This record gives sequence, structure tokens and C-alpha cells, in this order.
Amino acid sequence: MKARHRRFAWIGAGVAVLGVAVALVLNAFQSNLVFFFTPTQVAQKEAPQGRPFRIGGLVEEGSLKRTPNSVDVTFVVTDTAQRVPVVYSGLLPDLFKEGKGVVAQGSLGSDGKFRATEVLAKHDENYMPPEAAHAIDQAQKGQGVSLSTLKESP
Amino acid sequence: MNVYQFSSPATFYPFAGWLAPWFAWSAALLAIAGLWIGFAVAPTDFQQGEAYRIIFIHVPTAWMSMFIYLVMGFWSVLALAFNTRLSAMMAQSLVPTGALMTFIALWTGALWGRPTWGTYWAWDARMTSELILLFLYFGVMALRNAIDDPRRADRACAVLTIVGAVNIPIIYFSVQWWNTLHQGASVSLTAAPRMASIMLIGMLVMAFAAWFYTIAVSLWRVQAIILERERSASWISALPGLAGALR
Repeated sequence: MKARHRRFAWIGAGVAVLGVAVALVLNAFQSNLVFFFTPTQVAQKEAPQGRPFRIGGLVEEGSLKRTPNSVDVTFVVTDTAQRVPVVYSGLLPDLFKEGKGVVAQGSLGSDGKFRATEVLAKHDENYMPPEAAHAIDQAQKGQGVSLSTLKESP
Repeated sequence: MNVYQFSSPATFYPFAGWLAPWFAWSAALLAIAGLWIGFAVAPTDFQQGEAYRIIFIHVPTAWMSMFIYLVMGFWSVLALAFNTRLSAMMAQSLVPTGALMTFIALWTGALWGRPTWGTYWAWDARMTSELILLFLYFGVMALRNAIDDPRRADRACAVLTIVGAVNIPIIYFSVQWWNTLHQGASVSLTAAPRMASIMLIGMLVMAFAAWFYTIAVSLWRVQAIILERERSASWISALPGLAGALR
């Protein structure tokens, strides 16, 4: 074995040991590394009790309610399995929309309502022009329509 | 022709000087084309409006910030294993550009995050690990400046670079391993891109511009490093235009 081969082996072994160590550390700190908890985790009491945390999911369609003449809003965060009602007083980000992702920081009250102190919009990874998004919406609706017409036609 | 002859600074110096302008001009032309596609041709986004155009800068620089570090790691392994001077110089030449790319990625991300997420900064896994990458670049630069003997500095920086390389997969996979505020990858090698093709083309052209820019400046920088570190070599005092300038 030449000296440079031995050095290669040492470097390789060193990186492998380091990689395993980092993997173990990250695994141990798993719960501290997540940015938010899902409504299912909240329902299963995996979220921290008695201290503030972040909750993330989709804003349920039709759940957004604004109190007139104030900035108080209520909405429901869902991961399609569990739902958590959220109470918030403040300005919502531009991308906040029903059916879109959201991350709210706050704490869970004893009444099961999440009192948010900060609401952030979570953007998804899809980028397309408005016409394309419109076309996809139309196509999905069209599919629904054609399916229903198929059912109704004798 | 033996490719190993280019591991000698005396052979590589003129080759780098010949190569660099080609990459610099390609980078300039690609950047003009990419910015034109990105800001004039590409349509607006259905959710984010005009704010999404930050991706034409943000994504290429973020890719480069990670890729430059991997290339530094490659040169560092060669420098440690073969004990070659030029490998360490190549690694050294990439550090400032890597730091610049990381800074631009973080900065443009903050400017984009404010209108879309509602905050400049959040301590989620993707952003925190990218910030650690910026500190790693600074750390390699500081370590080099802290050690007077260049050969010892080479070895120390190589070890630090290789150790820090574990951060790169963490940055890349952070959006899959943990819940993060940062969205998942729109473009990857294993899945169809999740964006309109003209937006993707603009982004890829800008990515190539960032690549060629990095190659050009690192070649020029490695020339300067060779001049500085090999200044007592006879071939350098024989260079036209340099006789007398370096004593």
C-alpha cells in the first residue's frame, strides 16, 4: 500500500465516522429541528405542552372569518386528517389564502384553540404563469363536469 | 499529452490565463441572456406575482454556494492525499467566491421572504444550515490568515473544509428531512421540474452564467495565488512583464 493510498483510506474513514456521528446527533435532536408541528402531531400530544410552538398545515377552505372593524381573524389549520382552530390578531401575509400553506407561532389554549402571535405563509414549490394555473383549474372542473354529465346521461 | 503536468504551477499558470477570458465572456453573455429571459420574457407567477423573479438570482447562487464547497472538498482531499501544492491553491481560490454566492443567496432569500412569507428570516433548518455554510467559508478564510506557513495552512484548511462538507447534504435534504418554512425543491435530477419551462430555461441559463463566472474568477485568483506563493521560482521572474515587478 502506497503512502497516498493510506492517506486516502484515512480521509475516507474519517469522513465516514464524522457522517455517522452527525447523523446520530441530528437524529437525537430531531424534535428540535422541525420548524413546525402538524395538526396530527398536536392531536397526538407530540407538540410541546405549556410552551409556545409553531403549527403548520393548510388553511381549511371556507374557515377564514374576519371580525368586522378589527384585525382579528380566525381560521382552521388542517393536514386533512386533524384540524386545529387558530385565533390571531394582526396583519396576514400577502400569500395567506384558503387552501394554501401556513405556519403560525403561538400556544395552544386549554379550550383547544391555538392563539397565534405570528402567522407566516408557507409557499409551495410550483411556479407557473396565471394562465397555466387557470387552465389547470378549468381542466379539473371540466373533468368534474364531464364525469357528472356521464353519470346523468342515460 | 500527460494531464498530470498541469498539477505543476509553472504549467498551469499560463493555461489558466488562457482559459479564464473564455469563461468570463461566456458568463457575461449568459448573464445578459438569462436576465433578459428572467425579467422581460418570463411571465408572472400565479401566486407570487413579480416577487418570484428573485429565483433567477437566488436559486443559481444557492446551487453554486453548495457546489463550490463540494469542489473545495474535492481539491482538499487531493491536497491531503497527494500533498500537491496546486490542489490546495485551487481550493483557496474558490473560498471568497463561495462566500459571495452564499451571501447573495441568503440576502435575496430574505428580500423574497418578506413579501411572500411575511418575514425576512426564520430559524428553519434550510436557512440555518445555509448560514452555517457562510460561517464555514469565513472560517476557512480566517484559518488561512491565522497560519503563517502556507503549507501548514493548506493542511489545516483542507481538514476544516472536509469536516465542514457534512453540512452540504444537510442543506440540500433539510427540506425533505424536517418540516421547514422553506419550500421543497422545484427542480431536481430525479423528478420532473415543477415550474413553467420558460422560467426553468431562464433559471438554468443564469445557473450556467454563475458556473462560468466562478470558473473565470477562480482561475484568475489562482494565478494571483501562484504568483504570490511561488515568487522565488525562476520561471516567474522569467515571465514577460513581471521581470523586476517581483523581487
